[in-house]
Amino acid sequence: MLQQFLQRAWVRLVEHVDGPLLLVTGLIMAIGLSTVYSATYDANNRALAQSLNMAVGLCAMWVVAQFPPQKLMRFGVPLYILGVILLVLVFLFGVKVNGARRWLSLGFTRIQPSEVLKIAVPLMLAWYFHKHEAMLRFRHYAVACLLLLVPFVLIAKQPDLGTAILVGAAGFYVIFFAGLPWQVIAGLGAAAAAAAPFAWTMLHDYQRKRILTLIDPSSDPLGAGYHIIQSTIAIGSGGSFGKGWLEGTQTHLEFIPERHTDFIFAVFSEERGLLGNTILVLLYLLLIARGLMIAANASTLFARIMAGSVTLSLFTYVFVNMGMVSGILPVVGVPLPFMSYGGTALVTLSIGIGILMSIQTHRMLVRK
Amino acid sequence: MLARQSPLNAPDRELHRFRFRVALAGFAVTAAFVLLIARFVHLQVVQHDYYTTRAEDNRISLVPIVPNRGVIVDRHGTVLARNYSAFTLEITPSKVDDLDATIEGLGTVIEVLPKDRKRFRRLLEESKTFESLPIRSRLSEEEVARFAANRYRFPGVEVKARLFRQYPLGPIASHAIGYISRINKRDLEVIEESEATANYKGTDHIGKTGLEQRYEFQLHGETGYEQVEIDAGGRAIRNLSRTAPVQGNNLTLTLDTRLQEMAEKAFGDRRGALVAIEPSTGGILALVSTPTFDPNLFIDGIRTDDWDLLNNSPDKPLLNRALNGAYPPGSTFKPFMALAALETGKRTPGQAISDPGFFNFGGHQFRDDKKGGHGSVDMYKSIVHSCDTYYYMLANDMGIDSIARFMGQLGFGQRTGVDIDGESEGVLPSPEWKKRRFRRPEQQKWFAGETISIGIGQGYNAYTPIQLAQATAAVANNGVMFRPHLVKYITDSRTGEQTMIEPEPLRILPWKRQNVETIKNAMIGVNTQGTGARAFAGAGYVSAGKTGTAQVFSLKGAEYRSSSVKKELRDHALFIAFAPADQPRIALAVLVENGGFGAQSAAPIARMVFDYYLLGKLPKGAAHEDEVEGD
Repeated sequence: MLQQFLQRAWVRLVEHVDGPLLLVTGLIMAIGLSTVYSATYDANNRALAQSLNMAVGLCAMWVVAQFPPQKLMRFGVPLYILGVILLVLVFLFGVKVNGARRWLSLGFTRIQPSEVLKIAVPLMLAWYFHKHEAMLRFRHYAVACLLLLVPFVLIAKQPDLGTAILVGAAGFYVIFFAGLPWQVIAGLGAAAAAAAPFAWTMLHDYQRKRILTLIDPSSDPLGAGYHIIQSTIAIGSGGSFGKGWLEGTQTHLEFIPERHTDFIFAVFSEERGLLGNTILVLLYLLLIARGLMIAANASTLFARIMAGSVTLSLFTYVFVNMGMVSGILPVVGVPLPFMSYGGTALVTLSIGIGILMSIQTHRMLVRK
Repeated sequence: MLARQSPLNAPDRELHRFRFRVALAGFAVTAAFVLLIARFVHLQVVQHDYYTTRAEDNRISLVPIVPNRGVIVDRHGTVLARNYSAFTLEITPSKVDDLDATIEGLGTVIEVLPKDRKRFRRLLEESKTFESLPIRSRLSEEEVARFAANRYRFPGVEVKARLFRQYPLGPIASHAIGYISRINKRDLEVIEESEATANYKGTDHIGKTGLEQRYEFQLHGETGYEQVEIDAGGRAIRNLSRTAPVQGNNLTLTLDTRLQEMAEKAFGDRRGALVAIEPSTGGILALVSTPTFDPNLFIDGIRTDDWDLLNNSPDKPLLNRALNGAYPPGSTFKPFMALAALETGKRTPGQAISDPGFFNFGGHQFRDDKKGGHGSVDMYKSIVHSCDTYYYMLANDMGIDSIARFMGQLGFGQRTGVDIDGESEGVLPSPEWKKRRFRRPEQQKWFAGETISIGIGQGYNAYTPIQLAQATAAVANNGVMFRPHLVKYITDSRTGEQTMIEPEPLRILPWKRQNVETIKNAMIGVNTQGTGARAFAGAGYVSAGKTGTAQVFSLKGAEYRSSSVKKELRDHALFIAFAPADQPRIALAVLVENGGFGAQSAAPIARMVFDYYLLGKLPKGAAHEDEVEGD
């Protein structure tokens, strides 16, 4: 009796879990936890808090995976509308912190609505394309672009370039996988190149400075260039095999800024070296490969483009973060998935993995 | 183009197109990750060494350990400059949020005077921010305890044990020893030129004058280093290694402090200079310039009122008269003139002139001090009684070129090369000198009349007391001339090895022995029966000397009466001497500014110095002024 119950419970538990995704995500989380420990154990250790965050993230992942894609799809419109309304509220009444208006005060706590859009935008767009499946016209792409542009501009104006890039990318990947014609992509690319000088004037001073310091970090070694200089020193001095766990001098003498959040990769890289970096990149590559595989095998248009968008968003996180920390991309606030300390990003990313699991594990049911 | 995509497109074709895009994305992702790995290889393998160095530079800070400065002692081991340890209260401005509030608060615990604040402000302007700067020096034990109890209130403020320079004898020999003071921009340039920048990291003080300046690099020592691990906030985490500093080398001087002190006292409150030299080595036994000053005032930045007092005093205590005062030698020039006459064959000792009390040349009458003249005057008498007319004639006979050549050989008008910086050249008059000195052609011409007063040490003649002492020592030493020097040997602090400053004969003047003896004999006569006889009456040794009076003020036609002339315009008194006459152990030149006749105020000082140096007799107080007439 009990055995039967346990067996059924186990089946219920793992029914919608994708083994490879869980394994790779778990491995990255473990590495992340040890790195957060190293980055913070000198004072104010965050490892315990981060493991709680991870538990919450895993729960969210499991819960989301239980919903079949058709049900997830239904969240698209309301979430999107809610998100955009919240963004407008932020724009009107937001709390200004460090010169950026990103937060909405609820009295007892503050929320950052832009985070919702990371999921809501691809859901909304995928739903939209799914609704018009098999009769997609140019106007559909145009509407989709407009739907993407509204939250993107609102977030970019806060200003929060990191989140804007992630939301914009997630939306773009949906449109791309929905079959945006190559001619249009080429046209957009050309237009973007032409608009670049104009965009330059639109950027905030600090954003411009970040791009300039990327080109020459030594131009402002104690100001904007400091982050890049110190993180590249950390990575470079790590060498092939790293200085060893808890042994990074750049980390423990506090030369690396934001070392448990956005710059955690510098900590990892200093202590684990090129070998560790390669393993970590391979793990991300496995995660992405699994995601693309799920996308390729998905049975509905919504599932396909949603899986593709979630997977490439994950890649965007990884590439932008590692590129920034290693000094080949400008500094923007993008965390490293499952590595950086912080509950919000962890839950959002876990939901993304949960969506992939849902798509993968509900495939058969749909086919039936 | 979009129109071509009919709703009837097979789902398979759509799926195919989607999968193509997924494959493309997979390819792009792989390419991007390869790019990242390439970047990591570049940073972690190719540039690994560079970044390792950068990380080490970040992490390790070299903290200099300042070496103890070398000690200066005199020939008998009396300490003239040393170091002592004392507690100072220091603030590191970079670690203090509100400097004014901190200083204000410190004032309630420990006395902080306005001058301390002023000095701190000045240091703050000159310093690098991470240095700690003294707000109070020389804390008492009680003050240290009081601060320790309140320490928690003052982050960034510390009590430090520091070594201070001290000149235990205060103003004695201050012109010779000099002083150290805080390094300024000009000193930094000197340090940079000497490529000693690394060795001066952490050093606050540097020799500014005297021996402290000249032997700076000997006295300084080698700075040690401590490797300290620091964090991004600049806080020291732990010490990694330590290289001990090497103490500076010690100087042992030829100076005799008791002689120096006695000589300084002999001047009383009169301005003047005295240089006493050991003729056989050139070692300086005493180097006096009065008034003196207390070098201890300068060490931590002199207070404004002290500075004003020293700098604005009409007596110019900071002027080193022995090296930088140029005075006409007056009649002390005569023995050298006489020697020149013998050596050039212009005179023989016995050759006498008839002195009517004046010498006419070119329509101008050059007068002798003694009205009616000295009668028949030979060389001996010309020196013993200081006959001017003899030397007017001699100068005229020799001509300026011949005089300048001989006197140049004796070191007149040239730096002696004594081991103190900034020595003056003086003026050895000659037609060439005049050409260099003056711009306008009519001023550049040498007039034969100008040669006449050169003969009695007046006119353009202007020499430093040390030149006069050097020339006197050369005569005493029969023409073997040494470079005067103050340091006898340098003791290496590491090996204890003593490096002698070898007495180097500057040149050996090829004088005929009998000529030198003639001059010496006449100079002995000065002290036994001539102008110096009164000052040297009853001396227990045979000495040789020559008095001199240098005109400060030219009295045209009127007769000079010291009592009728203001003190600043009174003549300078000079005296040169050496003793014992047969085997000279000491030669000196004394100058008393506005002292009147040399015999009157300068010779008694020389007597006291000789008495002490040769017989160990200590005088009582300052030298008296003999009431004598004539020069």
